[in-house]
Amino acid sequence: MNALQRSAFDGAGLAGRPVYELRGVAKSYARRSIHALDRVDLTLTEGSFSSVIGPSGCGKSTLLKIMAGVLPPTEGSVYLEGTPVTGTRRDIGMMFQQATLFPWRTTLENIVLPIEIRDGKKAARAMHDEARALLDLVGLKGFDSVRPNELSGGMAQRAAICRMLITKPAVLLLDEPFSALDELSRDFMNMELQRICMERNATAFLVTHSIPEAVILSDTVYVMSPRPGNFVEAINIDLPRPRTLDMMTDPKFGEYVRRIRARLDKGAFL
Amino acid sequence: MTVIDNTDQRPETIWSEHVSFMDRIPRSIAMGGLLVGFVALWQLIYAIGVVSPIILPGPWETGADIAFVGKNLFTGGYMLTALWITIKEVIFGFAIAITIGFLLGILVGETTFGERAVLPYLVAIDTMPKVAFAPLFLAWLGFGIASKVALAAFIATFPIVVGTAAGLYVADENARMLFKTMGASRFQTLFKMKLPLGLPQIFTGLKIAAVGVMAGAITGEFLGGGKGFGELIRVASSQLNTPRVFSLIIFLSLLGLTLFWSVVWLEKKLVFWHKSSVSGGIGT
Ligand SMILES: Nc1ncnc2c1ncn2[C@@H]1O[C@H](COP(=O)(O)OP(=O)(O)OP(=O)(O)O)[C@@H](O)[C@H]1O
Ligand SMILES: [Mg+2]
Repeated sequence: MNALQRSAFDGAGLAGRPVYELRGVAKSYARRSIHALDRVDLTLTEGSFSSVIGPSGCGKSTLLKIMAGVLPPTEGSVYLEGTPVTGTRRDIGMMFQQATLFPWRTTLENIVLPIEIRDGKKAARAMHDEARALLDLVGLKGFDSVRPNELSGGMAQRAAICRMLITKPAVLLLDEPFSALDELSRDFMNMELQRICMERNATAFLVTHSIPEAVILSDTVYVMSPRPGNFVEAINIDLPRPRTLDMMTDPKFGEYVRRIRARLDKGAFL
Repeated sequence: MTVIDNTDQRPETIWSEHVSFMDRIPRSIAMGGLLVGFVALWQLIYAIGVVSPIILPGPWETGADIAFVGKNLFTGGYMLTALWITIKEVIFGFAIAITIGFLLGILVGETTFGERAVLPYLVAIDTMPKVAFAPLFLAWLGFGIASKVALAAFIATFPIVVGTAAGLYVADENARMLFKTMGASRFQTLFKMKLPLGLPQIFTGLKIAAVGVMAGAITGEFLGGGKGFGELIRVASSQLNTPRVFSLIIFLSLLGLTLFWSVVWLEKKLVFWHKSSVSGGIGT
């Protein structure tokens, strides 16, 4: 790994303290010896928003699981805040494609679940007001005692955001969190996500299949090659913050979308 | 303009799904009707006289005997003593089956060791006709209540093991990963996520076990030394007192239903969030 190669994908030219540092992270699944990830290098700086986009099955979720400490890499190193990631960590908030709310708990009880697991029932009860404020934040005011099966898909996903945020994580790992939503609520949720990240100066890493979503949210978009996954390009998105949905009509925005699409078409789906 | 007026005058189009006559009968009448039909058929066969009254007594004769047995039970006669013994066997058997079945189920469903090493043996034992073990229990535990409890527990354990283990497999990859990222311990993952998610399966096992535990207790009593209801049935049938056998069976089935209903009631309390927690409409 030479310095030149490294600088191409590192922090993508943004100033800031590095939060996540990945060096040569590779992953092979023993079963059927699938080579899922091929020596990925990545640095995320504090408060930055990055997205990774790539064809299905290229190893995006695998990368996220390794970063979260859910899955061990077969090669390379992962550092978070200077300490090696060798298991799950408290300062990470993670969100998946499915909301995974538990039907025997009310929405509020689902949201304080991470607290209950970490500090017990009493601490969780003490967080109820905080959880209500979060529900308010995502537009679910008054839904605290509703059971999850009475929520729509979008509402459930919003509740899942609250559950991720209740522990105030400094790093958010998001695996296609809104892909099950319709486009309107998705746009809305993306803007909410941006607002929350900016408010808390959180570092976010998002896996998505939507090029416009990646561009509108990110400081840097990483394009991944098909399996074994590797970053083939890191594109800095030079649009002012906070981003607005109106920017999607900006010619600059269209230029970014075209560039990423061309990059994906070239290598990805062949 | 005229067009709009016309639409306003059109009748409303409220309509309802056609429901057949049979499906519109209220439950109480439908069930009562079936019972009356059954008794009538019974009476008919009895009246024609194709079957000897020793083999098949008439409905009135049986009804009178049911009343007699009922009176004996409610006035605290010797039959109540016998019923109480059977109830004790069933409750102890069920309690033991739940304890052992639950622990084995967790061992099999939660640990790789259990799945690899314990499960094959459990499957092997489960495929055996368990009633065939009854003489062994009799030899080991004697003619008292213990051998009946053992047989009842033995029969009822396996459905609970299977239900618990199957329940623990319900949790999907997302739920497991969520708990992992929250830093949950294995104990927390089990009790706050896997077991609650598996409750519908666990209760399916418990319902099958509730039926099995009755069968086990009565079979145990048949084989000897019992002082419970099974013994009363054995004596009545050896005396060719067929009406008595029938009425004893009916009271026994009430005991079985009570046990089954208790499980269903508990299921509805605990698994209120699950769609299929209404068990076949029984007890609703
Ligand atoms: N547990 C596993 N065992 C074996 N192979 C796996 C496992 N999980 C993923 N893989 C393989 O690794 C590769 C990458 O999977 P991954 O889920 O990371 O893809 P992805 O980029 O997230 O895809 P998608 O966009 O469809 O979600 C795939 O080819 C998949 O078959
Ligand atoms: Mg994925």
